[in-house]
Amino acid sequence: MFRNQYDTDVTTWSPAGRLFQVEYAMEAVKQGSAAIGLRSKTHVVLASVNKANSELSSHQKKIFKVDDHIGVAIAGLTADGRVLSRYMRSECINYSYSYESKLPVGRLVVQLADKAQVCTQRSWKRPYGVGLLVGGLDESGAHLYYNCPSGNYFEYQAFAMGSRSQAAKTYMERKFETFTESSRENLVKDALFALRETLQGEKLTSSICTVAVVGVGESFHILDKETVQALINEFEIAGEEEAPANEAAPQDQGGDAQAGAADQGPTDQGVAPMDI
Amino acid sequence: MIVDSSSPAPAKKSLLLSSEADLQRTQTPYVTGTSVIAIKYKDGILIAADMGGSYGSTLRYKNVERIRPVGKHSLIGASGEISDFQEILRYLDELILNDSMWDDGNSLGPKEVHNYLTRVMYNRRNKFNPLWNSLILGGVKNGQKYLGTVNMIGVHYEDNHVATGFGNHLARPILREEWNENLTFEEGVKLLEKCMRVLLYRDRSAVNKLQIAKITDEGFTISQPYSLKTQWKFKAFENPTVGAEGSW
Repeated sequence: MFRNQYDTDVTTWSPAGRLFQVEYAMEAVKQGSAAIGLRSKTHVVLASVNKANSELSSHQKKIFKVDDHIGVAIAGLTADGRVLSRYMRSECINYSYSYESKLPVGRLVVQLADKAQVCTQRSWKRPYGVGLLVGGLDESGAHLYYNCPSGNYFEYQAFAMGSRSQAAKTYMERKFETFTESSRENLVKDALFALRETLQGEKLTSSICTVAVVGVGESFHILDKETVQALINEFEIAGEEEAPANEAAPQDQGGDAQAGAADQGPTDQGVAPMDI
Repeated sequence: MIVDSSSPAPAKKSLLLSSEADLQRTQTPYVTGTSVIAIKYKDGILIAADMGGSYGSTLRYKNVERIRPVGKHSLIGASGEISDFQEILRYLDELILNDSMWDDGNSLGPKEVHNYLTRVMYNRRNKFNPLWNSLILGGVKNGQKYLGTVNMIGVHYEDNHVATGFGNHLARPILREEWNENLTFEEGVKLLEKCMRVLLYRDRSAVNKLQIAKITDEGFTISQPYSLKTQWKFKAFENPTVGAEGSW
């Protein structure tokens, strides 16, 4: 897939009908740290793994509030993500100003997708290197969308992106049918479980993850560290460091990398500085 | 503030003029509609307006439709300059068209349309080039009734009953006394007709040909034009020239 003669710029098709630059941009999303989203009929939960470059630095912000009723989680080039978040906020507030009401989530994602498409058809631009999980609430209910650097977008019941997101997807594939009717608490619990799957045995604590919720009667907000840690403890999903007898959570797969538990350091080597 | 560029003016160009084309500013209205009145009732909104278009003090046009539908959920009633109302209808047409083109199941409700109009009216006012109208925007969306008004200077508000022009002075006191939120359709129409009759007697720009429009969650109807019965056989009106022979 790499190093073809048709991948120099985005306006060159390959003979197989592919735009490699766009596909490379989607690779950048896969290199970012994991972010997941799931929704019920009334709530959407976004969660992400927030690794810091070193112990001395702060964590990269991956979840942004766009409006009271919409939030977004990003993976990939966070600078691109920040810029797009700013665009989304701007669109929401302009709509509110003109119409005194909330921008429907479906319209925002279409605008976002069209913006991304432009960058796939100009020789002087490059595609955005960030995947966006847009979660929001409007008149027609709770929505979760995934926006891709290609300019495509899809609505999802649950989705995961970034490194080792497949583990989270597998977990959610087993359970997604229960999400629609799920309560808010169970939805957050499932989000934390799914997020833990991406950690490959590393201990899940509130210091390495961020969780955000939006729902009926509940503005989009990021849960604070204490709340998240309390939820983690409550659901006893911190990790399988103790003997199995202590563990009460039934859904754990036994093969959940006991061997990996010892490995505390970041497991992705050679991550480009701009990707988190 | 209408500036004539062809006059032999001194060489210094006015700093207030943004461009040669932008000469028209504050206008005067020519063909105008008079009051519109509207109320919320049990199932939705009722709006009444006569069909007159006055040319100054002449009651020139008698078939002007001053109440129109906007999208699926709203009705607009306008008083003031009729040509400006027609322009507003074109803005709204474009707004609704672009909204429909999203084709995504969302649609602009009365609150959104009212706010959009408020922005348009206020922005024009700020440029000293107003749309010379007072508008009433009413509708129902998802069971929620909405009734608001906005005028040429951008003043806007919502209420259970609103009116424009003379309606504010003559109709609203009646509505304040007699409106309640459980009016049936028949009661609502009777109440509006009572107000329209007072306006017909007392407003010189009123004509006796009106339409009443209703909008509910199911949709809208605008009635065929009809007239109100009036009573002129008062003793004080008989032999009006007694005591002043030769007058008329």
